[in-house]
Amino acid sequence: MPGDIIVPLKTTPLTELHRSLGAKLVPFAGYEMPVQFADGILKEHLHTRAAAGLFDVSHMGQVTLRGGAAAAALEKLVPGDLQALRPGRMRYTMLLNPAGGILDDLMVTRSDNGLFVIVNAACKEADIAHLRAELAPSIDILPQVDRALLALQGPKAAGALQRHTQVRLSDLRFMSSATIAVAGTDCMVSRSGYTGEDGFEISVPADAAVVVAESLLADPEVRPIGLGARDSLRLEAGLCLYGHDIDATTTPIEAGLAWAIGKRRREEGGFPGDSVIQRQFAEGTSRVRVGIRPDGRAPVREGAVLTDKDGAAIGVVTSGGFGPSAGAPVAMGYVETAHAAAGAALHANVRGKPLPARVADMPFVEHRYYRGPAATQG
Amino acid sequence: MNDLRYSEEHEWVAVGGAVATVGISDFAQEQLGDVVFVELPAVGTEVSAGEQIAVVESVKAASEVFTPVSGEIVEINAAIVEEPAGVNGDAEGEGWFFKIKLSDPSELDGLMDAKTYAAFIKE
Repeated sequence: MPGDIIVPLKTTPLTELHRSLGAKLVPFAGYEMPVQFADGILKEHLHTRAAAGLFDVSHMGQVTLRGGAAAAALEKLVPGDLQALRPGRMRYTMLLNPAGGILDDLMVTRSDNGLFVIVNAACKEADIAHLRAELAPSIDILPQVDRALLALQGPKAAGALQRHTQVRLSDLRFMSSATIAVAGTDCMVSRSGYTGEDGFEISVPADAAVVVAESLLADPEVRPIGLGARDSLRLEAGLCLYGHDIDATTTPIEAGLAWAIGKRRREEGGFPGDSVIQRQFAEGTSRVRVGIRPDGRAPVREGAVLTDKDGAAIGVVTSGGFGPSAGAPVAMGYVETAHAAAGAALHANVRGKPLPARVADMPFVEHRYYRGPAATQG
Repeated sequence: MNDLRYSEEHEWVAVGGAVATVGISDFAQEQLGDVVFVELPAVGTEVSAGEQIAVVESVKAASEVFTPVSGEIVEINAAIVEEPAGVNGDAEGEGWFFKIKLSDPSELDGLMDAKTYAAFIKE
């Protein structure tokens, strides 16, 4: 269109590798990213749950906050208890606005001399500007633009990664992080992910990303997986997608993320929107995020209006589709609290037809995180 | 190449006398990816060319299916409703959608032959 500025898509250190592996590349958050490889979304999804999938998530923002007071400083912007984090441990939290709305969700890892945070691709510029505006000048904010980010996910992820490192991965439990040499390169490896499976996120220097990715992909159990399956996997795991299931108009309490707000933070406040959040803790909210299982086989997708038995609107679907492991359509969305009990009947309006559905517990597919050797045996 | 006729909406039509068989093209199924849901019109429905009368959904997205020809639906392929993946397996054969008794066979003249369609999808 005349007047439009054409911004070329950014690439990641792995874009050419994706192309050579037969990826279908699409624009996503300003990047050219693989939505799927030759296997297709369904097979990629099922392979990740059965074996191991390698995802390129280098479009996400990686930022180091350096300075001993970084945890206390960042707590002014998020409701997570960061000061209680020991070095090498990580936590899920959110940047909030003064109304308690979510500006972004992020993973925060405590290091020996600060924090390492991973934020959403679409939000990263705004997040960094927000941090620069709000954090004390004594905290260095260092975007790690020369690092790629890989996710290796699935029940065979640990075995596959173990073949490329000397460090005993059974010592690294869910939501922990360590600097580990992978295929000869020092990487920041965390035991975390976005699929509900055991797995790792591997932050690697950009110039070593292809070597690390190719080493992992040489294993027949590891297949490259695109963003399409990443979305269906996280949906089945009941995990929120920023900009869809959570945004600046939803609070952590409405989103069912109260578990991410520790007791101390809940009581003391001291984060944006604290009075709103504290009131919602005490009084509840008028709407809440729930899982939804359609009775039939038609997928119910984002934007579908949810109605009660009389046809009155009671909510809206924020994510939905076919769950390959669930073997059925699954969705999540917001409903009025009176309709939020698991099993509650409602209708999802698809192409003008009210399709019967029920509120369902999430996750739709059980989480299989690695919580340590004892937990695995028990 | 085959004897099928194709629409710009990526449906195909196979004509056998007064009744035509309609489905989505192999190109369309490939673009859609893994098909997980198919909704077909009821037998007996009278439809007009260009009308949206079926739905096909992949993991990625929902897509409308238009009938390229007018007439009465005389049969639907229950097999793809049961096993939607059949559309990916053989889109221009066993994965057909519905059979329609043509009310205006001259509509077929407006459709592309296989060679023209192959050029159309390259554009």
